[in-house]
Parts: sequence; structure tokens; C-alpha cells
Amino acid sequence: MDLVQNFPCFSIILCLFAGIISSGLRDKAALRVNTVLLTVVTLLSGATLLYTLHTGESFVYVMGRFPAPWGNEIRAGVLEALMALFFCIIMLLSLLGGRHKLLEEVEEGKTYLYYVLTDLLLSSLLALVYTNDMFTAYVFVEINTISACGLIMIRQNGRTIEAAVRYMIMSLLGSGLLLLGLCMMYDLTGHLLMSNMKESVALLASGGEYEIPLIVAIVLMTSGICIKSALFPFHAWLPDAYGYSTVSSAAILSSLVSKGYIFLLIKIIYRVIGFNVYHDTRIIDALFAFGLMGMVFGSLSAIKENDIRRMIAFSSVAQIGYIYMGFGMGTQAGMTASVFHILSHAATKSLLFIAAIGLTDVSGGSRKFIELTGAGYRNKWAGVTFTVGSLSMVGVPLFSGFISKLLFAQAAVQNHTKMLPALIILGISTILNAIYFMKTVIRIYTPVGETAYTSITFREMRVYAITLVAFILLNVILGISSQPVVDMIQQGLAMFA
Amino acid sequence: MSKPKPSEEYEKTLAYRFFRWLSGSKDPYVGEVEMKAQEEKVLPQETIIERMREAEMRRDKVYDPESNTLARAFHKIYSALAVFFCIALAGVLLVTVSYLPPSGHADNPVNNIVSERYIESGLQETGALNIVSGMILTYRAFDTFGETNVLFIATCCVMVLLMVDDAILKKQEARSDRRFEPMNDAILQGIAFVLCPIIFIFGIYIILNGHLSPGGGFSGGAIIGAGLILYTSSFGFQKTQRFFDEHIYKIAKITALCMYGLIGTYFYVTGANGIENHIPLGIPGHILSSGIILPINFCVGLEVACTMYAFYALFRRGGL
Repeated sequence: MDLVQNFPCFSIILCLFAGIISSGLRDKAALRVNTVLLTVVTLLSGATLLYTLHTGESFVYVMGRFPAPWGNEIRAGVLEALMALFFCIIMLLSLLGGRHKLLEEVEEGKTYLYYVLTDLLLSSLLALVYTNDMFTAYVFVEINTISACGLIMIRQNGRTIEAAVRYMIMSLLGSGLLLLGLCMMYDLTGHLLMSNMKESVALLASGGEYEIPLIVAIVLMTSGICIKSALFPFHAWLPDAYGYSTVSSAAILSSLVSKGYIFLLIKIIYRVIGFNVYHDTRIIDALFAFGLMGMVFGSLSAIKENDIRRMIAFSSVAQIGYIYMGFGMGTQAGMTASVFHILSHAATKSLLFIAAIGLTDVSGGSRKFIELTGAGYRNKWAGVTFTVGSLSMVGVPLFSGFISKLLFAQAAVQNHTKMLPALIILGISTILNAIYFMKTVIRIYTPVGETAYTSITFREMRVYAITLVAFILLNVILGISSQPVVDMIQQGLAMFA
Repeated sequence: MSKPKPSEEYEKTLAYRFFRWLSGSKDPYVGEVEMKAQEEKVLPQETIIERMREAEMRRDKVYDPESNTLARAFHKIYSALAVFFCIALAGVLLVTVSYLPPSGHADNPVNNIVSERYIESGLQETGALNIVSGMILTYRAFDTFGETNVLFIATCCVMVLLMVDDAILKKQEARSDRRFEPMNDAILQGIAFVLCPIIFIFGIYIILNGHLSPGGGFSGGAIIGAGLILYTSSFGFQKTQRFFDEHIYKIAKITALCMYGLIGTYFYVTGANGIENHIPLGIPGHILSSGIILPINFCVGLEVACTMYAFYALFRRGGL
């Protein structure tokens, strides 16, 4: 066995160890451990990605002496390694960009707990990405939920506590439904390992045995994950949780936590239930409809918002609607577009949150639009970055958002029954996106009267400015050289089946 | 050319007054009309209180379902939908259960090769008489490591929420710690004096025999944690701190989790790479047997005991 095949296991274990050790360290040491950990895990994931691309097939890693289905195992293919690499990069950049706010907003002496939570969150995300066993997935969903609650409430004021309570209730409801569905699936198949479950499900589906419990179990698991990833009717917890928590948390929650669950759903669709069986249950039609509704209503709520952070948060509802619409197409092209949009939205949304904090900082800490007038001149780096993010969200060529919209449109054309609603709503949603993002960009570049402004210089925010540049580069790379990424996604999805 | 007038005479002319008015250097009212500056209106204290009360009343009335029909309708629809949703979910689940394989039937899908191997060769592969311990700590060791970390992260979250600074903690210690209970209750202390050692020994017994008899790290740790809570609630935090304060808590917690992690990593990596395992399984039934299960049970027990006590202490006074 090659050394590289150990890397997925090493990266999960390293994250857990870093979290455990950080709980006994002081704030600065925990910060250092966290940064080193993220760098190392990024390198390990990159090596895994190169290895899987090189060999062209996925590999299974047995966690212990006993092979599956008796013991635990994890599995790494191109898509898993790509996701892991991407999650690590986004988390590193989000933490770097929000570091100065973290010191202001979190009580001194509790910052180390923030890094403990992020280390464990990363471990759970990696485990959700690599897992090949449904119960392992559930255990790490628990860790993910608890640490996300901690990330929201570590900035202690009334709004974040309320947001954390809401998030916890909704998220636990989602976990509960997922667990119920999982129990039923175990009862029907007798396995927890994904590949064995898929074989049993295929037998059950072709034999017509236990049809009703099978459908109920699939619906329960899907709706649990939909609640946890804030699909349209279940998004009530989202604006407060993203809007009031400290900025790194908002970026991590919006771009990583919800995406981790969505990736788990993709694994369930492909590796547990099987794409064709899932397609035949017609659940995808419900996902399609709710995705379309989310695309419109999320954007409408964002237009009404007078708070920049909450506006960006509501935009997440719309973008998650896009992803579920891609699932709902029921084609490989739709799935590819959704996976690309997971990457593109993760890169863009964290960029927007981090850029918005730079703009509000130079506007007296206020997030109201009236105070933000001219903020683009007062912090030029953040202004340019926010503009890039907005253009990407709207879907202007050169940026990543354009490619995902293009892929969605191409996927829609291939599906005859769903083409018309998908294209119409895609168009409406793009216009709505443009309305609220361009409104903000115009607002931040409107000069305030005749008064001279003082622009914040590079020296005052070195780490922050470098992070912004890295974010822009990531976005542009995804936008310009999208074809290799799309190829990797297609190769990875082919490995799933 | 007319000759210039003397200034007194000129000031009496109409032109002079007109231009003075035009340039605004003379206010026609000053000195002519009686004027009085407006008094600043001072509201009496009662009026301010009255207005605040009115605002509150308005707010209460608007959001009060009794007086606002729209809010009342919303509340009614909301509760009706909530009840409907719960009943519908319960109904769907009940109907589904009737379609599931009958419980305890030999042909059920659950009775397959997986459980067969656990039962038939569990003893010889793990060396544990307790199949459950063998299963969760050897076959599925990774899941259990994750589960232990759930406890760890739950404590971290409670710390985020409830941990109080040391200085404040010392200040309020004497006042608020025992507001609702008697100080040094003789009956409680007498019983705790007898029970605590027994509870601790029982907990240790369950942890150490986790691979031989029912029990293990999770249950034994919970018993030890309960013993610590009983000791603290009867003798107070100062006496507990003599042997278990925040420093020792941190050392115990980190050591337990790191040891578990190291043993686990050794087990995963050697297993996956096909390297020989040097941990002997021993003779089944002996106390020193069953390979990694005994040390892992010890670590889990320590972590669970720490977590239980930490929850109690954090919720009670915000610090260990």
C-alpha cells in the first residue's frame, strides 16, 4: 500500500489531535497550531488528489484490522480529495481574513476554544467527505452540529445566542430525521457500509419488496439533510446565524458547513441508494421545486434587507436553491453543475463575508446601507474584492459564478420537461441577484458629499489584504480555468457509481 | 450738485430708513414690538413615565394576540400547522413501522454475515468476553473515537457559553454558590462520606471489567462522574479542588483523549498497512487481556467522568 493512501486517515486524525491539544493551550499557541494544521492538511489533501488523478481510481482504507462490512473504512476518490482540498483552503482563508475581528469580538481567554471548535469542525467535514460508512457519517454530523453552534455563539451577545438556539433546534431536527432514516435503512438492508447498502437497495428496488419503508427512509434522510443545509422553506435560522456571528464563523458556516451536508447527500444519492433508484422515487421533483422557490424567495428577501451581512446571508438561500435545482434535474450534467456550484459558491460567499467586514469597519461598524455610502473609497481593497464577489454572484464572465450558471443552463437544456421552468427561474434569479448586489456596489462607490476621505492603507491590514487577494485569485482561477475542475468533478462522479 | 446734509438730518429721511431696512442692518421689530423668548418646555416626570407606559401598552397591544386579530390568526394557524405536522410525521412513521420486517424474525435482513461474524468469532478476534465492548472498541473503533470527541466538543461548547473569568469566580464564590441549599448539611455529608468511596470503586470496577462483563468506559465513567458530583454537592467546591481543579481536569482530559487517539492511530495504521500488531490479545477472561480494549476503556472512562463533572460545575458556578 502506498504512503499516500494513509493521508485521508492522517488528516482526520490530525485535526482531532490538534483540537484536543489546543484545549490545553493559550490563545496564541492554539492559533499557531490551527494555522499549521490547516497548511498540513491542505498539503495532504493536495497529495491525495494528485495520487487519485494519477491512478485514475478510488481507494478504500480500512480503519483497523477488520475489513468492511465488519470494521470501519474510508474511501477516497478524485471528488472527495478535491472537496477536502477546497474545504481546507477556504477555511484557512476565512480564518485569516476574520482574525482581527475575532480578537475584538471574542472574550479574551476564550479564543483558544474557537480554534478547538474549528479544528474539530474541519475533522468532521473531512470525515463527511471521506466516509464510506453511514454511521461514521452520523457521528461526524453530530460533531459538525455542535461545533457549528459553538462557532455562532462564541461572540456573546443576545442576537448570537438567539441565533445559536434557533440553529440548534433546526439542526437537531435535521439530525433526528437523518438518524430515523438511517435506522430504517439499516433495518431494511442489514448494513451500514455504503457499498453493501447500495447492493441491498438495488435488490429491494428491483424485487419490489419493502417499497413503502424504503421510500420513507429515503425521504427522511433527504429532508433531514435539506433542513441542515437550509433549503428554502427551512431557512429561517440562517440570516441570524450568518448575520450576527463573528465574520470567520459566518464565512465558514455559509461556505463549508452547509456544503458538507450537501456533499453527504450526494454520497447518499450515488453510493447508498443509487442514482437510478433515487431518480425513480420522484423525490428529485420536490427538490427541484423547492430549489426553484429558494432561488426566487431568497433573492427577494435579500433585496428587502437593509443590513449588508443579512443580505449576503439571504443570498445564500438563493444559491443553495441553485444547488438543489441541479440535483432536481436528475441528470449527470445537472449533478456536475451542482458540484461545481458548491465550489464556486463556497469561494464566493466567504469572499463576500470577509470583504463586507472590511467595508463595515470603515463605516463606524454599522452594517446599514446608508452608513456604507462611499465605503469603497475608504477601504479600497475590500471595495474591489466585494465588487469581484458581486460580479461573480451575478454571473459575469471571468468569475466562477458565470461558469456555474452556464453549466446549469446547459444541464437544463438537456432535460426536456424541466428545461422551461429551470431556464426562466434562472433568468429571474440572475436579475434579482443583479438588483441587490449591484445596488450595494453602487452604494459603496457613491462619494459622500465634498468631504475628503481617508483611505485605509495596506500596512494597517497586511494579513487581511493578502487574504482578499488570495480570494480574488481563487475565484478568477475557478472562473477562467474551469474545464480541468469540471473534468475532475465528472471523473469523481464516475468513480462514485 | 446738492450739498451734503448733516448726518442727524440725513438719518431722518425716508431714503436712509429704506436702505437701512434693505441691507438688513435694522430689524424693524427690535425696540418697536414687545418680544419674549419662548420658554423651553419642561415635561414633568409623570408625563414622561405616562408616555413610556403608553408606548409599552401600544407595543403589548400590537403583539398581544388578545387584541390583535391578525396576530391571533397567525398564532392559531401556526399552532394548528405545528400540531398537524407532528401528527402527520408520527402517522407516517407508525404506518411505515408496520411495513418494516417483523422484529426478531430469523430471516430479517439484519441477521446477516455482519452480526454472524461478531457473534461467532468476536471472542477469538478481539479477546473480549463482552461482545458489545469488542464490537464498539475493536471492530468499529473509529466511530467510538468520534463519539468520545462528541463529548469533548460538547464540554467545549458549554465552556464557551458558561465559563466565567477566574477573578469574578473567586469574588462571587462565597455569596452565590450555596444560595439555595444549606451549607454543610450533616446528613448529606454523612451519607456522601460512606457512599463516595463505594461509588468510585464501583465505577473503576466497571471500567476495568469492561471487556469481561457488561459495562465499559462510558457507563463506568458516568458512575465516577456521579460520585464526583455527589462529593462536590455535599462538601463544596473548595474541598473538591484539593484533588480535582481546572488544571488537573485539563491534564486528565487531554491525556485520556490523546492516549485513545494514539492507540487508535496505531491500530488503524498497522491494520490498514498490514503491519504486525504487537498488542497481545491475552487469555480471554483474564483481567489483562483483549488487546486495545482495556486501555481504551480506561481512557473513555476518564474522559466521560471529566465531562460529567465539568457539566455539573459549569452549570452550577461557571468554572471548575
